[in-house]
Amino acid sequence: MDVDWELFWTSLWPIVQGGLTGTIPLSLASFALGLLLALVVALMRLSGNAVLAALGRAYVSIIRGTPLLVQLFVIFYGLPSIGIVIPPWPSAIIAFSLNVGGYAAEIIRAAILSVPKGQWEAGHTIGMSRGLTLRRVILPQAARVSVPPLSNTFISLVKDTSLASLILVTELFRQAQEIAAFSQEFMLLYLEAALVYWVFCLVLSSGQTRLERRLGRYVAH
Amino acid sequence: MSPTDPRTPSEGGTPSDPRTQSEGGGANDPIVAVTELRKSFGENHVLKSIDLSVAQGQVLALIGPSGSGKTTVLRCLNGLEIPDGGRVAFRAGPSVEFGRPVSRRQLAALRDRSGMVFQHYNLFPHRTVLENVIEGPVQVQKRPKDEAVREAEDLLRRVGLQDKKDQYPHQLSGGQQQRVGIVRALALKPALLLFDEPTSALDPELVGEVLHVIKELADEGWTMVMVTHELAFAREVATEVVFMDGGVVVERGHPDQVLRDPREERTRQFVHRLLNPF
Repeated sequence: MDVDWELFWTSLWPIVQGGLTGTIPLSLASFALGLLLALVVALMRLSGNAVLAALGRAYVSIIRGTPLLVQLFVIFYGLPSIGIVIPPWPSAIIAFSLNVGGYAAEIIRAAILSVPKGQWEAGHTIGMSRGLTLRRVILPQAARVSVPPLSNTFISLVKDTSLASLILVTELFRQAQEIAAFSQEFMLLYLEAALVYWVFCLVLSSGQTRLERRLGRYVAH
Repeated sequence: MSPTDPRTPSEGGTPSDPRTQSEGGGANDPIVAVTELRKSFGENHVLKSIDLSVAQGQVLALIGPSGSGKTTVLRCLNGLEIPDGGRVAFRAGPSVEFGRPVSRRQLAALRDRSGMVFQHYNLFPHRTVLENVIEGPVQVQKRPKDEAVREAEDLLRRVGLQDKKDQYPHQLSGGQQQRVGIVRALALKPALLLFDEPTSALDPELVGEVLHVIKELADEGWTMVMVTHELAFAREVATEVVFMDGGVVVERGHPDQVLRDPREERTRQFVHRLLNPF
């Protein structure tokens, strides 16, 4: 196969640009919202309140038990039939946030449970309320435990945002598709898209390592 | 580190001789009184109606075999364990009746009166020594940070850890960690200090440095309740020894009497076993 290097180089910037203006902001926004949602759901499940715990469990079960693509299509193509029309970008952010929330909730819940009970007790004996103990004592320790699994979730999310191309969001993969359709160089353009995703993920992984080191500075090695 | 009013040893006692207080009028004026405390874990009746009172400046040593309920008594005093019945009443402080719903506010009021030192230290691993100590004063008592830091540094100096203040707990030995645990409790200036087997998790050669600090606190007139297996220490430092077994108080009295010449056969057996392990 002859590689059309000229096409490779001229298409590289539009693809990277699709990543910088589509994939990355979409991932960051969805991840931030998803984490917030996950924390709420994790706390619901740990609250000791049966109704809240059941709601949290149901949410996690539905999100993890259905394909992300189906969730995305329900929101973008399904909801308009009951009169709710959401533009592509918000649709994508809603779908990805809900999805991340379902997975991250379990990670955060497990991380909170991994902090020894004695830490709660130590917080209480110096007069801290449950909320303050959670914020000052438990969550900082849970954060360190949850960085590796949450990083996995984030990297999965970055790649999953390629699905947004199917609801008309201009991101990395959609750029590659459009150039491929125009030039008919499918192999080249899709491999090029894969390469750019890979580089993005490499950068993110190194960020994970740095974050782990920072959060783990109080732990004996 | 000296406790401030109203926690200073009351008239009649001097800080250097706390024993005179328990034998004097102090016992009539308990800093905390526990009545008919009951607690079960399922079918296991851990406490079967415990009565205790601790006078100002008194050092009460709780001894007894494992499973006797002594740690549970301690944990009921600050609401880490919710008793099934009975009452915990602090002088000029909260009086909590158990066996009915207890609000978080009431538990918080109980905890406000006492500081706890744990068997396994339970320091906050993600905070430095200094941050561990000022966490309560700054976050809970809302005191100015620079003042809390100054006091914390004083306290750390008193226990010989001033040069460790910026280290993390995992960088310290067990004995050092436990001294930080004691300072963390002291920093809140509680009316009552609770010690849950403070030396049981330590290597033998580190026990002394922690007991030394506790003895100094006793000499300064702090009121303490201590669950311990260190009988020699109890005899030297405690003003009263309480022997528990099977969820009841079997015997209580002056350390010399309980530990040397117990009235009850169960006490005699326990003391003998601890002093003659082979």
